[in-house]
Amino acid sequence: MDVGLLAQYVMNGLMLGMMYTLVAVGFTLFFGVLDIIKFSHGDVLTVGAFTALATYIGLRSAGVGSTPLLLLAMLVVAIPAMAALGMLIARYLVMPLRSAPALNTLLITLMLGTVLRESVRLFYPQGANPKAFPALLPTASINLGQFNLRLDNALMLAAGVLAIVGLQLLLNRTKLGLAIRAVAQDEETARTMGVNFTAVVLITFAIGSALAAYAGIMNGLYYNEINFGMGLYLGVIGFAAAIIGGLGSIYGAILGGFLFAALQTIGTVALPFASAYKDVFAFTVVIALIAWRPTGLIQEKISERV
Amino acid sequence: MWEVMQKLRAPLLPGVVALALSTAYLIALLAAEKQPLIIGLLAFAVVAVLAAHYLGWLDLVSRSFADREDVLGVYAILAACVVAAFFHDNHFVLLLFVTVLLYTVATLGLNIQFGYAGVLNFAGASFFGIGAYASAVLSTYTAVPHLLVLLIGGMLAALIGSLLLLPVLRTRGHYAALVTIAFALLLKTFLEVNDVLGGPQGMQVKGMSILGWSFNDNFEIGKIEMSFYLNYFAVSMLLLTGTFVLVRRLERSWIGLNLDALRLDEIAASCFGLDIARWKITAFLLGNFLIGIAGALFGMVGGFVAPNNYTFADSLIMVSILLLGGIGNPWGLVVATFIVVVVPEKLQTIQEYRILLFALIVIMMLLFRPEGLLPRPVRRYFPGWRA
Repeated sequence: MDVGLLAQYVMNGLMLGMMYTLVAVGFTLFFGVLDIIKFSHGDVLTVGAFTALATYIGLRSAGVGSTPLLLLAMLVVAIPAMAALGMLIARYLVMPLRSAPALNTLLITLMLGTVLRESVRLFYPQGANPKAFPALLPTASINLGQFNLRLDNALMLAAGVLAIVGLQLLLNRTKLGLAIRAVAQDEETARTMGVNFTAVVLITFAIGSALAAYAGIMNGLYYNEINFGMGLYLGVIGFAAAIIGGLGSIYGAILGGFLFAALQTIGTVALPFASAYKDVFAFTVVIALIAWRPTGLIQEKISERV
Repeated sequence: MWEVMQKLRAPLLPGVVALALSTAYLIALLAAEKQPLIIGLLAFAVVAVLAAHYLGWLDLVSRSFADREDVLGVYAILAACVVAAFFHDNHFVLLLFVTVLLYTVATLGLNIQFGYAGVLNFAGASFFGIGAYASAVLSTYTAVPHLLVLLIGGMLAALIGSLLLLPVLRTRGHYAALVTIAFALLLKTFLEVNDVLGGPQGMQVKGMSILGWSFNDNFEIGKIEMSFYLNYFAVSMLLLTGTFVLVRRLERSWIGLNLDALRLDEIAASCFGLDIARWKITAFLLGNFLIGIAGALFGMVGGFVAPNNYTFADSLIMVSILLLGGIGNPWGLVVATFIVVVVPEKLQTIQEYRILLFALIVIMMLLFRPEGLLPRPVRRYFPGWRA
């Protein structure tokens, strides 16, 4: 295969991997502090992307034409909005069910995801159809043989890396990060050491959901199209990525996200059947990987999952 | 001792009265055409049930059902036949009624998985769809007898479900849930892109016919024209009765006891020598088998299958039925299926919003009444015993 073409596939894989990673990191964060899986995570991403789109349309009709300003406005509106939504979900749906059976938490987040998804489908104007998402990043590109490096993709990749590095610094270098890690390790001890448990949980949910909104906007910019079901797919893939890497570890989420994207890219390129089957292939891989390594590649010390 | 216990059994009357009233109400609701009347009837039902609950009558009814289940079960079949006879020439209502019956069979299958063994399955509609597609393919391309098609539909659902056994067995809770969700998405995409199975447009299904008795023809009894859906009603009712008895017997038997132990505490159950994997496999396969049979028959009833009828959202609706009825209680399931299937069909304004609505209702239930509308009663080890 031509080197340029190979580089092109690698670039596509990296973009996909970055989006999966951003979603997977959210799952890992929630699992860390509360030991729960929030199935509505993917749909928060959808709502984030649609909030950004609505902001864009609103500002455009108000006469704002400057592209950087529009992009900034989308980020400034969608990310805090989703952070707030994440906090509300944690406060009013997830935390009240802490003492209930695990099935109830699972169901309530699953149903909440459905509520969000259906709300977008029903209440966003013509939400059942895919929506065009504006290309707001500069689209200049460099051609190297068959490899076409687009500036917008490079910028998005850099932005994703920045977000992950920022999160890593937040978790490891700040007092808040220390508190989050303490709660993740042992809730009771953290409480006795004066950590405000509720606040830490809410902030963690806010961070995770903000990352989901970020990933949602990134997804829209990359594909230039969003639809109400995108979050369900990204959620399942992100969760699978988090599991493959090993839940509870940020590095695991990163590893899982890129590994999954790599598998998917290889599958699309190398396998003989039509690319129409790429989602079928992706979900087959999810199921097979969970069968093979239910605890993930980077294993937790104590696992309650299997 | 035995005679004393017989005397302690709750009276039959409250159950019979409740059944008669529900039948009359159901006929009124199904016959109602005007939207204000339907809204009025639904509001009336809510008020009546709340009032009955307040006065303690519901408790009498549930005791009656618990103690005299066999007799009341026969009466319930009679009641269903009365409803079907009342609407003997009404295609739409009979189709709706048959849908309820087959959805009940499917949720009974789901109930074995969720309610007894605690094995999660969020791909109920997918297995239902596998059954339906099986009947579409077999009735189009082969001349397999149609009763056998139902059986094959069930077996195919169980077989394809067995591909998920390894990941489902190796994981628990959220992880098993993810496996089945991934499967639901996988199957829908697969059906959409597979041209042999009709792609997004789906396939036609031939109507059922057994030994020259074609189900899709109207027939006459005396001089009265009967809807052909009565044929399907008869078969569906037989299937439902068989499934209901099976599930109920299963629950009461030592198998049910094993499954309960498994769900409540896996580690304790395995300490007592229960083979966890064996019972999980049994529950998962049996549940999918029942869902598949119901799906195969439903495909023939509807005459048409398409990927959009078997999505993840439909699976969630099945789970909503389970939760609404009270996980593990077959009688509750029957009631919940009626609510979930009939109400959106009759109340046209909420048809589009039904998935949203049921998701919201389930969230409310989980927050305020997690045991469901009709919670599963404590296991009864001998008649007349009450916790």
